Amino acid sequence: MEKNKYYRDELPENNPVFELDRRDFVKLLGGGLFIYFQLGSILTGLAAESEQRKSLPTDFNSFLHIGEDGKVTAMVGKIEMGQGIITSFPQMIADELDVPLESIKMVMGDTELCPYDAGTWGSMSTRVLGPTLLAAVAEARSVLLSLGAEYLQSSSEYLVIENGVIAVRNNKSKNVGYGQLTKGQRIEKFMDVKPKTKDFSEYKLRGKSFRRADAIAKVTGEAMYSGDFRMPGMMYAKILRPPSHGATLVSADTSEAEKMDGIQVVRDKDLVAMLHLDPEKAEAALAKVKGEYKFDEMKVDDKSVFKHMLEFPSEARVVKSSGDVETGKKNAEMVIESEYHNSYVAHSPMEPHTALAYPEGDKMIVRASTQSPFGTQDGVARELGIGNEKVRVIAPFLGGGFGGKGSFLQAIEAARLAKLTSKPIMVQWTRKEEFFNDNFRPAAVIKITSGVNKSGKMTMWDYHEYFAGARGSDTVYDVADSKTTSHSARDVHPFGTGAWRAPGNNTNTFARESQVDMMAAKVGADPMDFRLKNLKDERMLGVLKAVGDLFGYEPAKLPSGRGIGIACGFDAGSYVAHIAEVKVDQKTGKVKVVRVACAQDMGYCINPEGSLIQMEGCITMGMGYALTEEVLFTGGDIHTANYGTYQIPQFSWIPKIETRILEKNEAPQGGGEPGIICMGAVIANAIFDATGARLYQLPMTPERVLEAIKK
Amino acid sequence: MTEKIQFELNGKKVEMPLEKGQALLWALRTNFNLTGTKYGCGEGYCGACTVIMDGEAVRSCGIAMEDVAGKKIMTIEGLAQSGKLHPVQQAFVDHDAMQCGFCTPGMVMNAYGLLLKNPHLTREQIIEGMEDNLCRCGAHKRIIEAIESVAQTSAV
Ligand code: FES
Ligand code: FES
Repeated sequence: MEKNKYYRDELPENNPVFELDRRDFVKLLGGGLFIYFQLGSILTGLAAESEQRKSLPTDFNSFLHIGEDGKVTAMVGKIEMGQGIITSFPQMIADELDVPLESIKMVMGDTELCPYDAGTWGSMSTRVLGPTLLAAVAEARSVLLSLGAEYLQSSSEYLVIENGVIAVRNNKSKNVGYGQLTKGQRIEKFMDVKPKTKDFSEYKLRGKSFRRADAIAKVTGEAMYSGDFRMPGMMYAKILRPPSHGATLVSADTSEAEKMDGIQVVRDKDLVAMLHLDPEKAEAALAKVKGEYKFDEMKVDDKSVFKHMLEFPSEARVVKSSGDVETGKKNAEMVIESEYHNSYVAHSPMEPHTALAYPEGDKMIVRASTQSPFGTQDGVARELGIGNEKVRVIAPFLGGGFGGKGSFLQAIEAARLAKLTSKPIMVQWTRKEEFFNDNFRPAAVIKITSGVNKSGKMTMWDYHEYFAGARGSDTVYDVADSKTTSHSARDVHPFGTGAWRAPGNNTNTFARESQVDMMAAKVGADPMDFRLKNLKDERMLGVLKAVGDLFGYEPAKLPSGRGIGIACGFDAGSYVAHIAEVKVDQKTGKVKVVRVACAQDMGYCINPEGSLIQMEGCITMGMGYALTEEVLFTGGDIHTANYGTYQIPQFSWIPKIETRILEKNEAPQGGGEPGIICMGAVIANAIFDATGARLYQLPMTPERVLEAIKK
Repeated sequence: MTEKIQFELNGKKVEMPLEKGQALLWALRTNFNLTGTKYGCGEGYCGACTVIMDGEAVRSCGIAMEDVAGKKIMTIEGLAQSGKLHPVQQAFVDHDAMQCGFCTPGMVMNAYGLLLKNPHLTREQIIEGMEDNLCRCGAHKRIIEAIESVAQTSAV
């Protein structure tokens, strides 16, 4: 896709948050056109996402407002955490509505001003919310067009709209602006049918690259994250943490801490917190608190966890099945059985969980670093025993989330303390707390039995996923006898686990694509050719061919010694394929990724540059779980406390990165996650190609690589 | 009477009561409300808290206030002059060298510090000099390109 940069001269509001309450907000918006989203509407987007169909408050929940000044305000419950919807949403809206990009203002992640949204994850902003938002915009446009027709005493088919001005096509001096049309009026529209949105061919702003709308705020330090807000009398809270998961507090001696100047000690059931105007003083006080605990931990550590998982009673669910794998196995000319392991991995956003909570009248206001403002609102309301309408959650900029900020314990903590003390309370987790309280990507085991015939056709596939999560576990290849089984159980993990960028799919794609490579090697085929032969899905074939082109791939049998690996996969509606080149130090086992190419089919791409950035981010972040990232623990005791013992990708790791987005006129799909799913497999396959050694466990640390080479 | 210390902050003389052991990071964030300097790890690993002290990029989470007396400190808020972005900031904007932006102030200040010492950094020197500034979003490639563009024009 052509790199077309259209820079805005004037950037709109940098911080996507209004410092207003609802009354001021409505007053400020004044007249104009409001488009409401109506419950039970047949809009495709929300209907597909059942959890989003929660009843909406009816008093004020619009998607879109067009003001008397022609300014457009779009309210969405999503948050901006770097994925770039603060830039791509205005593009979609401006395009659909025929207004200049600068006239769009986004209000995001505020439970009081925005319609309900379950959370910002699963690469769903564009593909799920997008169509709904666009429908609202299309509705607004058609209302304005008919108002314009009335005003200009013409019929709408004779009218054109450009830059928010409706004009008579063959006499453009006869015109009227959107703002003028809404002047003095307060028009409210509820959508109950799906209006017709524009066709791809009519897009002007979509499909072009725009610079991040928040770039200036971010390079000047003006962008406000949760920890950057200040309130008069605000106290910093430091909270007593157990030494391990599974430990319960029996007693806490806070007497030494209480002697410190300016310290307020709060105890409420399990919550013990030190409050001070100075965060370091609060921290120092906490160091003086002696807690006693009773322990009930699981007897498992980072080495024994895989055995533990296979022995743990679990429930099997068949995800997909065709033909009969038993017969398939009997008839197969060659069978490969393997077992793959993946470790616990932390989200580790650069901004740890942070929240500021303060009472305001009978309400609790919470500014929190959360991927789910409405989930946080529910959680806080439940914890405080008050109605949801008494809790307002606002998510300002997030310093990364990756799934980890779907949990909002820090917001609950801040709100509890604010309620107990009637003061503004800031809770900012330390890096150690962030590692300790994280809901890690689950460790997992994958078992695969696969059959292939001598000509290189895959004939059977029996896939078992244990605790990885089913996303991405489908075969993707065209195999007659195949079955995918997902095994799950409650309480198998010694601590919390949760969604991590493309949940499940990193582990599943690692296992599947490693196995496919082994079959290619077994039959003496080129791994690209082998994949092309065994795939039917046109779009998967498309990305594989595209990445081959991009990389300049030359076929060779495995292992060729070149250190080149291939992998492909499917996530969040998008198709991806990667080729990586590595250098392996045979003496130390250290792997250096020198080059990665990635092709992605994500349907119609709204902001190509923004999507390429996401792909680069995925490739970079993905090298971490592939090569170094692993949470070390004994029972519930997390040994990983800071970056000294948890290495994430750094500048010296950065390979030559080449990315390509296929041009497609199909519904836009997710782009924040797909690019990461192949990183384990593509590097494992490249290591095999370099050394002939097969890695069955992530991360592929130098020790594990050496061990595999020695085998 | 509490002891006071003086230093220069973003070009202005400032004075504050000395709290021995207080980290510069927290003095900036709480006493001066300069929140562009971020906490990422508190132990010197991530560089989110990078500021310039007497012409040198330092990690403010590891600097005690007693050592700041008489020094010149510059934070991200002091980099743009009279509303105009510094070339390093402009290069970050032009290269889309950020995602969540949380590491960005530290990245910008560290790059600025490197360029102060050597306006003609090579790519290798940039990588080496930026190595211990962490970014979880994976904006590294563009950050390198942004700094390279400034080093080439030696616009510092
Ligand atoms: S906060 Fe200072 S180096 Fe991380
Ligand atoms: S841009 Fe998010 S941590 Fe660097």
